[in-house]
Amino acid sequence: MSAVSRRRLLAGGALTAGGAVARAAAVSLGRDAETPAAAAPTAHGTQTVPFHGVHQAGIDTPAQAHAAFLAFDLVAGADRAALVRLMRLLCDDAARLTQGRAALADTEPELAVLPARLTVTFGFGPGFFAAAGLDTARPRSVAPLPAFAIDRLEPRWSGGDLLIQVCADDPLTVSHTQRMLLKDTLAFARPRWTQRGFRRGRGTQDDGVTQRNVMGQLDGTRNPPLGSPEFGGAVWVDSGPSWLRGGTTLVVRRIRAEMAKWDAVDSAGKEFAVGRRLDTGAPLTGTHEQDLPDYAATNGLGLTVISETSHIARAHVDDDRQRIFRRPYNYDEPPGPDGRPDMGLIFAAYQRDVGDQFLPIQRNLAEADLMNDWITPIGSAVFAIPPGCAEGGWIGETLLS
Amino acid sequence: MTATNRWRVLGSGGVLAAVLLVGACGDGEPPATAATPSVPAAAARPLAVRDMWVKTAASGMSATFGTLLNTTSADVTVVKATSTASPMMELHEVATVDGKMVMRPKDGGFTIPAGGSHELKPGGDHLMMMDIKTPVTAGTEVTITLTFADGKTMDFTALGKDFAGGNESYQPEMPDMHASPSASMGG
Repeated sequence: MSAVSRRRLLAGGALTAGGAVARAAAVSLGRDAETPAAAAPTAHGTQTVPFHGVHQAGIDTPAQAHAAFLAFDLVAGADRAALVRLMRLLCDDAARLTQGRAALADTEPELAVLPARLTVTFGFGPGFFAAAGLDTARPRSVAPLPAFAIDRLEPRWSGGDLLIQVCADDPLTVSHTQRMLLKDTLAFARPRWTQRGFRRGRGTQDDGVTQRNVMGQLDGTRNPPLGSPEFGGAVWVDSGPSWLRGGTTLVVRRIRAEMAKWDAVDSAGKEFAVGRRLDTGAPLTGTHEQDLPDYAATNGLGLTVISETSHIARAHVDDDRQRIFRRPYNYDEPPGPDGRPDMGLIFAAYQRDVGDQFLPIQRNLAEADLMNDWITPIGSAVFAIPPGCAEGGWIGETLLS
Repeated sequence: MTATNRWRVLGSGGVLAAVLLVGACGDGEPPATAATPSVPAAAARPLAVRDMWVKTAASGMSATFGTLLNTTSADVTVVKATSTASPMMELHEVATVDGKMVMRPKDGGFTIPAGGSHELKPGGDHLMMMDIKTPVTAGTEVTITLTFADGKTMDFTALGKDFAGGNESYQPEMPDMHASPSASMGG
């Protein structure tokens, strides 16, 4: 079974307890023929996601519980040849660590043995192309987003030449992986920002259900299903520069939740702003989470049940090709001295083309989204996500080779 | 099944994987996925290598680490090493002398038993680079040539890695031979 079909298999099944067992067995089968096919249920810690494949892992991978997004600025003199060395080093680390093996020169090899579905995903910001002398290969919309009136962007959460997204179901695994990758990056780049995020702990609930964000909302109901044709058509690059085919683009927005203001709103007001019920996630015109919103339905006063300025009305797109895939993580940093919470969302959105897909939605939201009263974008960064690599290959080879 | 055992099985089954491409993603997998040798495979290649890396160094001393695997049914002894980074290399061990950890040339070289393996690691046996002529930078592939007791040689590549450790004091065989006793292996 190829790495890709294995990853698809992971993505396709709902990760119920039974699904987890089947997946563990399938992974073991493909990876190591010495493991009996009827493997006993394994602890989450030993589960692996293939590093190699047509696409990079960590995108169509069911979202792990913990994530670290690491952005770097390349140092002066990091030219194309240096970037080849950097990416080979990082991919060597990632290929080993994701499979539960120590990195070369791993100072804590004992921490590598529980990968917990570790994935490492690499992205190139605008400065990466410039440093490599390959700016002509950069998709035009892999550039800082235009300014929006709602933005309060802080440089410390914005930009970056290189992105490493580390995800796993265990925070110590994320920590060790981050440390090993950081050590191998320092000869070429300096940390620009690090964002750590979390979702529900693995096993806390059925993995297939939509996650809630720190504001209590179900987040990601209308995501294209992992591994579906809609997902592929929205996420994987299938035109434009040949080096990026099978890759995608990533927008990372740090969105602060204005929790003090949110606390002052009653639940009816919160539901009106979003257009969905808080408990079930159903649209205000439906009863189940997956019911399609009826944006034309009106109430007794002749007003639409779902406000035209509600979040879901503003974010809605009709064409599957125009959708974005959201893979967000919550953040919750220590509160300020005044007790004000510092929490929100690391909004990670994948799409074929930032300009064609992300920007129209973002313009709609920035223009008029009732939620804008309670959320503030404070960070923004855009990256090209190269396609995956085969065994023996490395991420970025289609661009840099 | 340990990696070493797997190699043993594969070796006895006649699947001689030559040398693994150390710098590539995913080495250390079974030979079927890593059959591309970094150098032309000799008819009878006495050793395979796994996870080879070199501590980066701009000059002076450094060292190569990893695992040597003897896939044959006879003991193999490595008596000499040279590299593209440093023509002069020594086969070192780390020992306690007067209560201090020191590294020194290993008498008789490294003998890897038939079907066995020999680990080279910081704080243990290693391939010492005495005088770096070509800086070893992060991500560089260094080609290393081993010479065996029977005079045959073998090449493999090792990946340059930034590494803080491996700083044992050097105690040359002859006090005035290569370096001062206080020298460490780079970094």
